[in-house]
Amino acid sequence: MDEGIILPGSGADIAGISVSLQGVTKIYDSGVAALGQLDLKVRKGEFVALVGPSGCGKSTALRIIAGLSAPTSGEVRVSYHGEEGRPGQGISGQAIGFVFQEPTLMPWTSVRENVRLPLKLARVAAAQADARVEEALQRVGLLEFAKSYPRELSGGMKMRVSLARALVTDPDILLMDEPFAALDEITRFRLNNDLLALWRNLRKTVIFVTHSVFESVYLSQRVVVMTSRPGRIAAEISVTALEPRGEEFRTSAAYTDYCRKVSAALAPSYSGRSAL
Amino acid sequence: MSAQRSAVENRRGFRLLRILLPALVLVLGLAAWELVVRINNIPPYVLPGPLLVLRTLISDWTVLFQSLLTTLLTTLEGFIAASIGGIALALLFNQSKLVEYSLFPYAVILQVTPVIAIAPLLLIYLPQQTAVVVCAWIVGFFPVLSNTTLGLNSVDRNLAGLFQLYGASRLQSLRLLKLPSALPYILGGLRISGGLSLIGAVVAEIAAGTAGAGSGLAYRIAESGYRLNIPRMFAALLLLSLAGIVIYGLLALISHLALRRWHESALGKEN
Repeated sequence: MDEGIILPGSGADIAGISVSLQGVTKIYDSGVAALGQLDLKVRKGEFVALVGPSGCGKSTALRIIAGLSAPTSGEVRVSYHGEEGRPGQGISGQAIGFVFQEPTLMPWTSVRENVRLPLKLARVAAAQADARVEEALQRVGLLEFAKSYPRELSGGMKMRVSLARALVTDPDILLMDEPFAALDEITRFRLNNDLLALWRNLRKTVIFVTHSVFESVYLSQRVVVMTSRPGRIAAEISVTALEPRGEEFRTSAAYTDYCRKVSAALAPSYSGRSAL
Repeated sequence: MSAQRSAVENRRGFRLLRILLPALVLVLGLAAWELVVRINNIPPYVLPGPLLVLRTLISDWTVLFQSLLTTLLTTLEGFIAASIGGIALALLFNQSKLVEYSLFPYAVILQVTPVIAIAPLLLIYLPQQTAVVVCAWIVGFFPVLSNTTLGLNSVDRNLAGLFQLYGASRLQSLRLLKLPSALPYILGGLRISGGLSLIGAVVAEIAAGTAGAGSGLAYRIAESGYRLNIPRMFAALLLLSLAGIVIYGLLALISHLALRRWHESALGKEN
C-alpha cells in the first residue's frame, strides 16, 4: 500500500476512499451531543486509530459508520468493491466487520458456529461457508478449538474468535471498538502483533478505537485524536514508522516521540474534564 | 497431593451427607408418627399410622394407580397447553408492542384471580375434562409467559447489533438469537409451570368434587374424605406429592441437559 503523510480531510483521491464522514453529528434523544461536526476520510487499506477520553463519542462514530446508529446530520459513505453506499442499506453486512469491546459471542454454540454466523445470516451455501470458517479460524490460530464453547476459552482467545467472525465475510473495512481493552498487557501485546500481521496480509481498512495512546501509535498509520462532548477531531498525527513493526518499534525512540505527540494532543480534553 | 485427595473425599462425603441427612429425618419422623399413633391408640379414621398408609397404598393400588394416571394425563395436557400458549403469547408480545399492551393486563388478571374461585364457573360452562385442563392451563401459562418475555428482552445488546449489521431477517434473529438467549428463562418458567399444572388439575378436580364424573387423585381424596377413609386420603396425597417431585425432577433434568454446556446456572462452581 502506498505510504506517506495524509493531510486531514484532503480527500485528494476519491476513488481510494473507503470510509468518509462529512459534517456528521449525533445528538441523543436525551439532548446529549455525542458528536460534533465530524469530518473524516479513511483511505482504502489504511489503519486509523481513534483516540480520546471515554465518552468522547468515538464508539458512537464507529456505530454510525457501521450503520448501527443513524447520524443526526451529515453524510456517511462506505465503499465496497468499488461500489459506494450508505451503511445499513444492504452494503454494510458484507463490507464491514465489527469487533466489539466484549467478545460478544453466542455462549450457546461452538466457536465454529459463532464464526459461521455472518455467513449463515447471508445464506451462504454450507460447503462454501465451511471452507471460509476454517480459513478464518486458521488466520487467528484457533482451528483446533473449533468445537469448544466460548466459556471454555480465555479472554484473549474469545477476542480472537470475535476477530475471526469479523473476517469471515472478507469485509473491506474492519471496525474495532476498544477490542483489547479488557485484556491483560501481555495478551494485548500479542494480539496487537497478530492484528498487525493480519492487516499486512489482508490490507483491510481498519478503524480502531482505543483509549490507549501506546496502542494507537503502535498499530496505526494515522492517529486521530478526539475531544470530548461533543466529539470533534482535535488533531491528526501520521505515524510513519518502518514496516513491519514489531517489538523493537515498541522500545524505539521514534515510538516514544509519537506517543508524546499524541499525549500532548490529548491533554487539553483531559484538563478540560478535570476542571468540571 | 494428599490435601487435594482429602478435598475430593470431603466433597464426596458432603454429597453423601446431603442425601443421608434428609433420609434420616424422614425415617425419624415416620417412626415418631407411628409411635404416637400406637401409644395413644389413635383410631385410623382420625390419624392412620404410616404403616397403615403404606398397606392401603398397596391394597388399593389398582384404584389409586388408575386415578394417578388420570390426574397425570390432565396435568400433562394442561402443561403442554400452558407451555405452547405461554411461549406463543410471549413471541407475539415480542413481535408487536400493540398486542402486548392490549393483552398483557388480562394475562395478569387471569394469573392473580385465584383459580379455586374460577374452577366452579368453568365447570358450569365446560365439560368436566376440558374444565380441568383449562384450570391447569390458567395456573401454568403465566410463569412461562413472563419468563419467556423476560428472556426475549434480555438479549445481549451487542449481539443484537451484530445481527443488525449482518442484515438478519426477523425470523433469523428470532431463531438464532432471541430464542437461544431466552432458553434458560423459558426452561425456568417450564419448571415452575410443571408443578403449577399439577396444582391446577388438582384444584379443578376438588372443585368438581364427587359430583363430577372424574376419577383423578384429587377426586379420590375428596371421596375418601366423605367416607372417612383417611388412610386412603393419605395414600392418594402421597402419590400426588411423588408425582409433583417426579415432574419437577424431570423438568430440572431436561433443563440441565439443555444448558450444561454453556449456561452459568448449569455449570459447576469451579468451572
